[in-house]
Formats: sequence, C-alpha cells, structure tokens
Amino acid sequence: MFTTATTTSQKILQMGAAILLFAAVIGLILFIAGRFTGKRDRAVAALYLAPTVLMLSVGLLYPGLRTIYQSFFDASLKNFIGFDNYVTILSDSEQLTVLRNTAFWVLVTPFVATGVGLLYAILVDKARMESFAKALIFLPMSISFVAAGVIWKFMYEYRPNQGTVKQIGFVNQIIVWLGGEPQQLLIDSPLNTFLLIAVMVWIQAGFAMTVLSAAIKAIPDDIVEAARLDGVGPWGMFRFVTLPAIRPAVIVVVTTIAIGTLKVFDIVQTMTGGRFDTSVIANEFYSQTFRSDNRGLGAALAVVLFILVIPIVVYNIRQLRRSEA
Amino acid sequence: MATVTYDKASRIYPGSERPAVNELNLEIGDVEFLVLVGPSGCGKSTSLRMLAGLEDVDRGRILINEKDVTHLPPKSRDIAMVFQNYALYPHMTVYENMAFALKLRKTPKSEIDRAVKEAAALLQLEEYLSRKPKALSGGQRQRVAMGRAIVRQPQVFLMDEPLSNLDAKLRVQTRSQIASLQAKLGVTTVYVTHDQVEAMTMGHRVAVMLDGVLQQVDTPRALYDTPGNVFVAGFMGSPAMNIKTVPLNETGAHFGALNIPLTREQVAAAREGGDGKVTVGFRPEAADVVGESADALPIVVDLVEDLGSDANVYGHADLPGGSERFVVRTERRNMPHMGETVYIRPQTTALHVFNAGSGIRI
Repeated sequence: MFTTATTTSQKILQMGAAILLFAAVIGLILFIAGRFTGKRDRAVAALYLAPTVLMLSVGLLYPGLRTIYQSFFDASLKNFIGFDNYVTILSDSEQLTVLRNTAFWVLVTPFVATGVGLLYAILVDKARMESFAKALIFLPMSISFVAAGVIWKFMYEYRPNQGTVKQIGFVNQIIVWLGGEPQQLLIDSPLNTFLLIAVMVWIQAGFAMTVLSAAIKAIPDDIVEAARLDGVGPWGMFRFVTLPAIRPAVIVVVTTIAIGTLKVFDIVQTMTGGRFDTSVIANEFYSQTFRSDNRGLGAALAVVLFILVIPIVVYNIRQLRRSEA
Repeated sequence: MATVTYDKASRIYPGSERPAVNELNLEIGDVEFLVLVGPSGCGKSTSLRMLAGLEDVDRGRILINEKDVTHLPPKSRDIAMVFQNYALYPHMTVYENMAFALKLRKTPKSEIDRAVKEAAALLQLEEYLSRKPKALSGGQRQRVAMGRAIVRQPQVFLMDEPLSNLDAKLRVQTRSQIASLQAKLGVTTVYVTHDQVEAMTMGHRVAVMLDGVLQQVDTPRALYDTPGNVFVAGFMGSPAMNIKTVPLNETGAHFGALNIPLTREQVAAAREGGDGKVTVGFRPEAADVVGESADALPIVVDLVEDLGSDANVYGHADLPGGSERFVVRTERRNMPHMGETVYIRPQTTALHVFNAGSGIRI
C-alpha cells in the first residue's frame, strides 16, 4: 500500500494514511514532551529539535555530503579522478563561459534590481495611488520564474523581416516601428545573457521595492522634519536621512537577490535552455547531470554553486541579526 | 533679535470642516518666552508647526521680524526646533548632529567646531560628543536636541513638548535649565506644552488654546488671578479651581444654604443670557475651613492628599442641583479625616464670577 498506488482511490487512501502517520508522530512528540515539562528542559528542547535535525540530515546534510563525494568521480561515478572535475570547470572554455555568465548575473541583477526598486519606492512614497503603483511593480513577484521566462520569450520573439510576416515579439516590433531590422535577440552572446538578466530584474525589483518602501516608511517623521529645518534639499534628504536609515534593509535586499540569482535556473532553462552561451552554473549542473549523464561534473558544479552561496548567506544572516538588534 | 506675529493664521486640514487653528492672532515680543498651552487637540502644536513651516497656513499670515514668512520653506525662516522625541539623526554622533545644519550652510570647519564646543560646554555634553544618540540617556538626548538648536543661532527657538519624555524629577530640573538658558541666550522662544505647571513656571506670557481658538494670552500671574473665561479658570492651577454653576438671586449666588454675595454690577451682568444662573469659581487655597456655621458650606471629606507642606482636601457637598465635588487646601495641622464633615467659606475677595451662558468673566 505504501509503495505503489495506481488508482485514484488508492492514492487518496495513501494520502490519508500519511496524514494520520504525521499526526501520530506529532502527537507522540507532544505527549513525551509534556511528560518532561518542568523536569528536564534540555530533554524537551532536544525532543522538539529532533524532527528538524532528522529532516535536515536526511534532506540536506546527507545529499550534500554525497554530492561532494561524487564530485571527485568521473561520469560513471565509478572511477575516482580527484579534482579533475574542478579543473574542467576552471579551464574548459564552455565551463568558463558558464562561470562568466554567472558572474554577469550576480554582479548585475542585485544592484540593478535594488536600484530600480529603491528609486521606485522613493518616487511613489506618499504619492497619490501609491498602493496601485506599488502593486504594478510587485505583481511580477507572484509569477513563477518559468511563466516569466515564457512571457519574456514572447517579448523577445523574432520573425524574419520578409513581406507580410509580422513581428509577434514586443521588443522586435518596437525595433521595427523605430525603423530598425528585427534581431534574433536571444542568439547573440553576451547580449542574450543580459536580456535574460532583465527578466530577473523585472521579477526582483518588486521585492526590493516592497522591502525598501517599508523601511522608508519606518523613518520617524520628526527626523525628516528636523532635517528640513536644518536645510537639507531632496538629494541631501536621501543622502543624509533616508539612505543611512534604510542601509540594513538595502544590504539584506541585495544579498537576498544575489543568493536567488546565483541559483537561477528556470529562466535560463525556459528561454534558451542554456544554448547560445547563456548557461549558468545551476543550469549547467542540471544539463551535465541529467542530459549529458556526466554525474561527476554535475556534482562538482553543484559544489561550486554551494561554495559561492555560503559567504553571501553568512553575510545576509549577520546583517539581519544586526538590523534586528 | 526677533518678533513673531500670527495674523489671523488658520490651518484647516484637508477633509475637515473645523479649523485645527482658527484665526490665531498673537504677537510675540523680542526675547520673549511664550508658552502655548492647552489640552491635546487644541491646536497648540499645529500653531507651532505653522510657524516652523512644517504645516501649511491656509488663511492669514505669519511674520517673523515683520517679514512675511507664510509661504517660505522651513529652512529659510531662520528658526530652530526641539522635538518631543528629539529627532536626532541616529547614525550621526552628538557632534555631527549639532554640526549638521552648519555643515549644510557651508560654514567654515573651524567655526563649526567652535560653535559646537561652545554649545556642548553650555549643556555639559563635552564628554559625549563622539557618542551616537543610542548610547545616551533621555536627558542627554534632550540636551543634544537643545544643542542642535543653539548651535544654529536662530532668530526663534521652537520647542514642542521637549520635556514630556523625561521622568518627573528630571523634568523639573530641565525646566529651570531651559528657562535660564533662554534668558542667557536672549532668543525669542515659542514653547508648546500641555502641562500648565510648565506653562506657569517657564513662560513670560502664556497663551491658552482650546479647539483651535486662542482663549487668553497673559502673564502666568494674570492668567491665574483673572482668568478670562471658565475654561482658562479651570485649566490653569492644580488642583483645579472649584467652578460651580448655581442659581442667581438679587444679592448673590446660592450654594444651597450658603449665599455668596455678589456686587450689583456682577448680578446685572450675570443675568444677561445666564438663564437665572451664575458660574462662580474659587481656588482651593481661597477658601477657609471654619467651625460649624450657618454661612459656610458643609463638605463631606472623600480624600485627603498630604503634600508635606500642606494638604488638599477633596469632598462633596449636597446642593439643590445634586452632589457637587469641591477641593480646598488646608494647613497640615488642620487636616481633617476621611468621612468627616468640614465647613468651608470661600474668600469673597478672591471669587471668580462668570456668565453662566457665555462663560466669560464678569
């Protein structure tokens, strides 16, 4: 019953059993924890932590360690080859393009998205129809990366400029309206990578705007008024009052977007599939592992991604803690 | 150095019928310390903010030194303001906070340094100059806010309840410091508070406001001795004046069996629009506790507040219109006990008589 379910009724039965099992486990934990209450706090804490620790070890720690282990093997995962996979990543021209693209993504997206979000947050702050204006920018956040990729693929769509053929891509139509030749936008490297980055910016600017707008609203009115009495102009207000006050929020936004950007996969996968020199680490990791069946190299790419994300995560958490203190 | 004039200045918030400040007329003299006082929502803070330029003036004008500043931005008015929550820049040190306005004006560094150090010495802030506001106590922050205002050498100081975030003892101490500082610097000051004790002790003159309308402006003593209407009479002084509206007859006001004599003119004035009644007030200290007597008001004591120096006696008397509460101040050795009945007789020389209809002093 727990292994294979073919009919719908079986599946529902299986789901019910799973829910019951879950409830039973939680009930047991609460029951045991209740018996310990007041006697041994450590035991209670350990008990509450146990499920999390268990799930983290099964779901994160073990696969992580196993991936690191596999990254030292060849495509078949049978022969130990030391650091060869890493050497490939750092020397093979295709892999170097992947690293270059990832660098573009991480260096451009967080700053542009945060900059756009910040500018927008300041412009709409206390303006009429503020919430409507914010909703417009925030909406892309609610779309999945895949859907965003599909939408923008249409935006960049190309039709040859012959006779009666009409452009269906918005961007090429504008180019035609302006009297230009339609371009195969997603073919030319490295322009295509920046066009993909634009999609990520479109999604993330809303996130940046929301967080930064909240931070701007948290600045006490009287400090703004004191600054006006002291004689600051609009730029001075931003430089001396707004920016110092929202600095922690800006850092959290930049690092959060950077982490998301490092792991970007869906946009590249849906729009180019990593072709035309647009691949990034996460996409390459997928391609190597599941398409080219080179599991060793795929694992190595995953490890590289992991290593790149760690420092940003650490910095992000420290900033979060500091802003809460 | 500077005078301030409110010329029928009004502020009507969008979407509101009633003006927050209604045709305020007020002349503030050079080097004067004027206190705006009133209950919350009376428009005192709005009036101050109109002067600062933080609030629009919808009608009328505001002049500083005979110059119309009604439509000037705050920075062009040459004023400095101390906020209730101090509004210090959290990321700047005490020194930078005080120097900020001068820095924006491109004052030479040496001059800024001199001005900041001077103000810091005046406010005993020298040892805290490199600290951030977060690392200061409430009283120190308050002094930094003062320092920030002083450094600019403005024409007018504006203070919006600067003491309300301090504890009682520090408030009393800072109160006198601000008053003496103002006298020393000789800068025209407009000070907003809801605390009538602050108003009485600090102001050269006090302006009492209610519902956006200026009720009376005068010296603290004059406000206390001759309040212009019932509201001012009840607002100034603690404990508040005993104010009762009672039946009027040919010779005076009827407090039950006790008849408080009024002059013929007072009776005549009270008749007009008074509907046969008159409002009479006497301060807690302007009543004598006497022995049992027919021409005294019997009061059942509800509560006795022993203040150390003297005592406030709270009680009620049964008057024809119902039970009325009274408070009198007595010497400590005459302190009655709770539940006891004492006889009080208001001093006829210190009576405040108001028209029962209009509330205006007779």
